[in-house]
Amino acid sequence: MTTTTLAVLVPLLPFLGAAAGLLLGRTTPGFVRPLAVLPPLASLVLAALVAARQGGDAAVDAHTELTPTGSVPIELALHIDGFAALVAVLVAFVAACVQIYSTGYLRDDPRYPSYAALVSLFTSAMLLVVYSGDLIVLLVGWEVMGICSYFLVGHYWETPEARAASLKAFLVTKLGDVPFLIGLFALATDAGSFRITRVLGAVASGGIDHPTVIALLLLAGVAGKSAQFPLHTWLPDAMAGPTPVSALIHAATMVAAGVYFTARLLPLFEASQAAMVVLAVMAAVTMAGSGLAALAQDDIKRVLAYSTIGQLGYMTGALAVGDRGAAVFHLLTHGAFKALLFLAAGVIIHAAGTNSLAAMSRMRGLRDRIPDAYWTMTVALLALAAIPPFSGFFSKESVLGAAEHVTSGHTGHAPAVAGWIVLVAGLLTAVLTAAYATRLWLLAFRGQGPEAPDHGRQPLTMTVVLWVLAIPSLALGGLAYRALPDWFDGRDLTPTPLTSVLGTGLALVGGLLTYGCWQRTTRLAAGTPLGAVAAHPEEDAGLVEAEAIATHEPAYGDIAYAPDPADPSRLLLGPLHRHAAAGFHLDAVYTALFVRPVQAGASLVRFLDREVVDTYVHGAAALPRLLGAAVRRAQTGNVQTYVSALLAGTVVLAVAVLLVATGV
Amino acid sequence: MTLAAATVTASGTPGFLSPTGVEIAFLLVGLVTLGAALITVTTRQLVHAALWLVVALGGLAVEYLLLTAEFIAWVQVLIYVGSVVVLLLFGLMLTRAPIGRSPDADSGNRWAALTVAVAAAVALVWVVVDAFRTTWIDLGGPAAGTTEVTGASLFRHWVLPFEALSVLLLAALVGAIVLSRKAKADAGPAVPGKEGVR
Amino acid sequence: MHLAYPAVLSALLFCTGLYGVLARRNAILVLMSVELMLNAVNLNLVAFDVWLSRAARDTLHSGQALTLFTIAIAAAEIGIGLAIVLAVYRNRGTSDIDKLRDTAEGPETEGPGTPAAEKAEATA
Repeated sequence: MTTTTLAVLVPLLPFLGAAAGLLLGRTTPGFVRPLAVLPPLASLVLAALVAARQGGDAAVDAHTELTPTGSVPIELALHIDGFAALVAVLVAFVAACVQIYSTGYLRDDPRYPSYAALVSLFTSAMLLVVYSGDLIVLLVGWEVMGICSYFLVGHYWETPEARAASLKAFLVTKLGDVPFLIGLFALATDAGSFRITRVLGAVASGGIDHPTVIALLLLAGVAGKSAQFPLHTWLPDAMAGPTPVSALIHAATMVAAGVYFTARLLPLFEASQAAMVVLAVMAAVTMAGSGLAALAQDDIKRVLAYSTIGQLGYMTGALAVGDRGAAVFHLLTHGAFKALLFLAAGVIIHAAGTNSLAAMSRMRGLRDRIPDAYWTMTVALLALAAIPPFSGFFSKESVLGAAEHVTSGHTGHAPAVAGWIVLVAGLLTAVLTAAYATRLWLLAFRGQGPEAPDHGRQPLTMTVVLWVLAIPSLALGGLAYRALPDWFDGRDLTPTPLTSVLGTGLALVGGLLTYGCWQRTTRLAAGTPLGAVAAHPEEDAGLVEAEAIATHEPAYGDIAYAPDPADPSRLLLGPLHRHAAAGFHLDAVYTALFVRPVQAGASLVRFLDREVVDTYVHGAAALPRLLGAAVRRAQTGNVQTYVSALLAGTVVLAVAVLLVATGV
Repeated sequence: MTLAAATVTASGTPGFLSPTGVEIAFLLVGLVTLGAALITVTTRQLVHAALWLVVALGGLAVEYLLLTAEFIAWVQVLIYVGSVVVLLLFGLMLTRAPIGRSPDADSGNRWAALTVAVAAAVALVWVVVDAFRTTWIDLGGPAAGTTEVTGASLFRHWVLPFEALSVLLLAALVGAIVLSRKAKADAGPAVPGKEGVR
Repeated sequence: MHLAYPAVLSALLFCTGLYGVLARRNAILVLMSVELMLNAVNLNLVAFDVWLSRAARDTLHSGQALTLFTIAIAAAEIGIGLAIVLAVYRNRGTSDIDKLRDTAEGPETEGPGTPAAEKAEATA
């Protein structure tokens, strides 16, 4: 088989799996699990084969025009360079892990068949985005991901949180997708083609007339999909979905799509200095803000969600300084350790029966109940905090190194100010990342108080996946940073000494600070008993999680916040804690800016419709009704009256005819 | 005949103020006929109305005679006075019409009817007078409506309509029978026509 | 003889019959009025036939023939009419025309589509 055929099969297999799963899910439940697990595994093998054959050499390009489509042709095109090959491997890998994990996690869920099919469809869409060489085909995958995320986030649609979250995810990403679509059309009009290679060719030859406008329009879509400020608000709420879905969305598919897209079209963004600065500011605000917010969250999954936003900020930061190698490198390592973090968090939530860190910090011995999750999570948190030699260290240092390289102003493709913004924000975020990673670890595994409940061993499918994912989290960065430049642009990804020392030092400072605060505050924990534990701890992990999410708000008064004085972040953040926990009130701002005006407009329209338009309608009906009543009164049923009227009319007509005829 | 027509057109029309004897007779009988007709449509005694109708129809027969249409006149007497009025009287009796004065012989529509009728009368008389003010009928010479003349025209020129008319009469006969039989069949079990009487 | 005499008499008789048709309550009296109207027409036909047979030398005598036909049809009409009146009388117990108001719109029938409303439209 040629590389092209293999590459076509990679997105096709999960799609077929999804279709088969949806068709057979109800009639033959025995096929559901193989249909869910085998296609991503096969895709993984094929993607690895494609990557091996491509090997970082010249990009594989193939295209066919299905049908003529007007002025700008739309082609089914493949474009596989090093980025695409490696990201596809990551996507297939994470998707396979998630599918295997889900077989255990949602073991008894009645909606598992549709869930598995949607995850497969999601995976297929992401693989399509990754391999596509045509922007419209890419957009198809992009939008399919949007609708899949809507369904998957709303998997527990019985709870109002899940319904609201799925709607929010859909609407916010759509808010970005509209300018994205316009930007795509503008780009294709300028470049005369939807093919990425031709678009990039046009960029290189200066054929794009409005690079800034197009880049900013595209950035809106990227910000929506990749959860960058100010369109990131859907991501923390998307935690209402099952944990494997969170892992899939956060690690490999949805949020990675935006970064990957930008990396693909980076020359276009580089053509506009303004777009690069906007990208840098966006990345910086996202990074710092999400770090602070993550530090204050009580829900373990929301901590991870904000950490995803922050890590995506690193990636966009790397793009803002024009180093897509670093961005995709971080995308790969982050995909591995974030998937691990989420899947481990799922195990923790199942074991603890709660998603609240405050409640976990009042349980002793949680780590002995789930040693697999404990060890793998530790590895993943170290990778997240960028402690050498874990994989996060290398990728993050490559980002910081690229930023530092740009600050000197030697490079033409990115402004120095963008470099400074990214560097400063990146270093600040390093502190925050280490701090919230430490806080998460301490609160989850070093709790004091009554013994954690024993719910027996976790399913093997779940724990094995954790260990599988721990390997790349541990070693991918260190093993790959020398080889990856061959696959990417060829720029060196080796950590520079200065940023390595600075970054690691700051991370250690953050971690130690948090540890110190925790030691001071943890004694308060015994004084204020807290706890919201799922009602059915023996049940399926998915059900436990759904219950935990549903009970969080009634127990603590807020979906993201717990009134826990023992939280070290209170000491660290001081008065900022409240605002950070609420995501810096961005939702309230959106409510005031968009939701309320729209609702007011809707009520105005309703008022106009009911009171004004309907009045006219009723008024228009009133006159005919009055006339009708008058005419009806004439209908006495007396035939003689009718005939009288008839004859009177005849006489009148005859006289009139006579008068006319005689000319009087 | 040509001579007569020529004299009529040549000598102009005789005035209304110098009526011939036939005209006077026609006028007098016409007044009686009209009066009888008016009483027919206004009287409160239903049976009297039928009898005044006889007077009006008989008056009309005399008018036909005056117009030299003798065959029509006899047919008028035979059919109308002889059978139609008798039929109407039977109808009145079968529907148990009151013998004496009935106060509600006229419906509430009377004034509208009067208006329409007077308006129609004014319009018609105006038109007729305006159109035939000077037209003269020469009643001299052979009678226009003797039995011989009428029979000849009827069976020479109007045979086909005459035969068609016979079919119509047959249909009317059948229709009348069907209607009465159906009414009998319906009325048998439902309303025997006792408590429905005023 | 002036043609105006029979013509005016005919018009007046016709309008008398018209009044009777419109004003009388009893169906049989209405039938009588109809007879009056028919006879008014007959008089007209005869008068004009006599005039035309002289003035235009008409040998067809269409007026008289038509008069005979009218008389025959009137006889048929009266037979059928009386049969109908009798049937109505047997069914309803009355032969008063203004009591036969089945086509009137009842107070409870609102809205279009009822037969009464259609009837109203037709009459209007």
